[in-house]
Amino acid sequence: MTEPGELEMSRRCLIASGTAGAIVSGAGRAIAQPAPAAPDAAMPVTFDVNGTQQRLSLDPRTTLLDALREHLHLTGTKKGCDHGQCGACTVIVDGMRINSCLTLAVMHEGSRITTVEGLGTAESPHPMQAAFVKHDGFQCGYCTPGQICSAVAVLDEIKRGIPSHASASLTEAPQVTNAEMRERMSGNICRCGAYSNILDAMAEIAGRDA
Amino acid sequence: MKSFTYERATSAPDAASKAVSIPGAKFIAGGTNLLDLMKLEIEAPRHLIDVNGLGFDKIEDTADGGLRIGALVNNTALAADARVRRSYGVLSRALLAGASGQLRNKATTAGNLLQRTRCPYFYDTNQPCNKRQPGSGCAAIGGFSRQLAVIGSSEACIATHPSDMAVAMRVLDATVETVNAQGQARNIPIAEFHRLPEATPHIETTLAPGELITAVTLPAPAGGQHLYRKVRDRASYAFALISVAAVIQPDGTGRVAVGGVAHKPWRIDEADAQLPRGAKAVAERLFTGARPTPENGFKVPLAERALASVIHEARAS
Repeated sequence: MTEPGELEMSRRCLIASGTAGAIVSGAGRAIAQPAPAAPDAAMPVTFDVNGTQQRLSLDPRTTLLDALREHLHLTGTKKGCDHGQCGACTVIVDGMRINSCLTLAVMHEGSRITTVEGLGTAESPHPMQAAFVKHDGFQCGYCTPGQICSAVAVLDEIKRGIPSHASASLTEAPQVTNAEMRERMSGNICRCGAYSNILDAMAEIAGRDA
Repeated sequence: MKSFTYERATSAPDAASKAVSIPGAKFIAGGTNLLDLMKLEIEAPRHLIDVNGLGFDKIEDTADGGLRIGALVNNTALAADARVRRSYGVLSRALLAGASGQLRNKATTAGNLLQRTRCPYFYDTNQPCNKRQPGSGCAAIGGFSRQLAVIGSSEACIATHPSDMAVAMRVLDATVETVNAQGQARNIPIAEFHRLPEATPHIETTLAPGELITAVTLPAPAGGQHLYRKVRDRASYAFALISVAAVIQPDGTGRVAVGGVAHKPWRIDEADAQLPRGAKAVAERLFTGARPTPENGFKVPLAERALASVIHEARAS
């Protein structure tokens, strides 16, 4: 067992040595070489995020999700599973919701991207954001940006007449029903189980828009 | 993810030629399956050729009354196309039963045909897998095999093909159009497109190296009732345990293909011929020679019952 005093001492030493190391290496870099340039393989890409043109130079491995979070510091979009299974990374690209973790940023030259930050602000929320607050459509909130982007796109998909697995008829226009919304939201997982309240929020917006 | 270089293709023959000449090159379109596997380093291409700009994103009428679906048409657009909904309903239904809304918006027609198995031993890089690492063995045989193949499997592999769309394409007698590095076009009947695993489960299709899918064509509509029945562990966003795609005519004749049971969409002409006699007769012929494991034997009666339900629905409507 480590005594509290020992732990505190060792932490202090660690912090001190770590800080010193940073100073040494920082100074060395400043004198000996210029700041590291982008890696040789970096590629330029330009796309529109929430109405602002963004020009980035990225390692081709960078997913759209990492470009948004790590390079543009739009951290509303969340990394959950990073494998397209949870939906936390959902954004709207050229009018279609996608998993931003399963696409490369360099594949989106010229794309128009909307993240949760582009839907509304704290002062002027998107109606869907306001409805999520009103109906308690979240608990921990981690999946919420993806849920909201998906919910906005789902109502648009129904309006555009795109059928779903829950549609009784393929030839008639789909209706905004609970069964339709539940099926279409199945790519967004909520660990807290706020599903029924998310559905209430969506139903309110669908009713308002209908 | 291993590092790679990236380029945007300028033409189909150019893309095909580069896929042959550049070591470790792969095409990328929707990327939903490839990037997932690259993150796990199951796929590690050294060069990616992005084919999204090649314009294969249209659905056109063909001279013989069918449809030509561009390789890049996404799953949502294909399922929502008015002609597909009206005349090839089994295809719309199969697409809508697969994946999630977000994935269907990205996943392409050609990519859906080329997606890799979801066998858990293919995904677990600590386990031997002849598909991932040829010659390493198959951990699925004798392992947890509940989701895996019951027919057409081999001593080397018992993986299934995961696609819903491909099962509908098989029942519709689709044709896969390709172009190779020399710019030559080729038509591959869907029945000959996917391979059985045999001794080389890592070779999943009959495509030649570098050969690029440009379109999938459907013959003129077959008429009849179009039905797709998928049975899975949850009601949405799960791969099939089994699925049944069927086109059934008013006189009871028709065609049927089954998903989730083999390394390719499973269809047997002699089984089609049994459709007027009912599900039991069809299933007996479909599953002649089946070799289920102790864990997945349930798939054979499950497929028969799903088929009975489909035949009942066709007669009732």
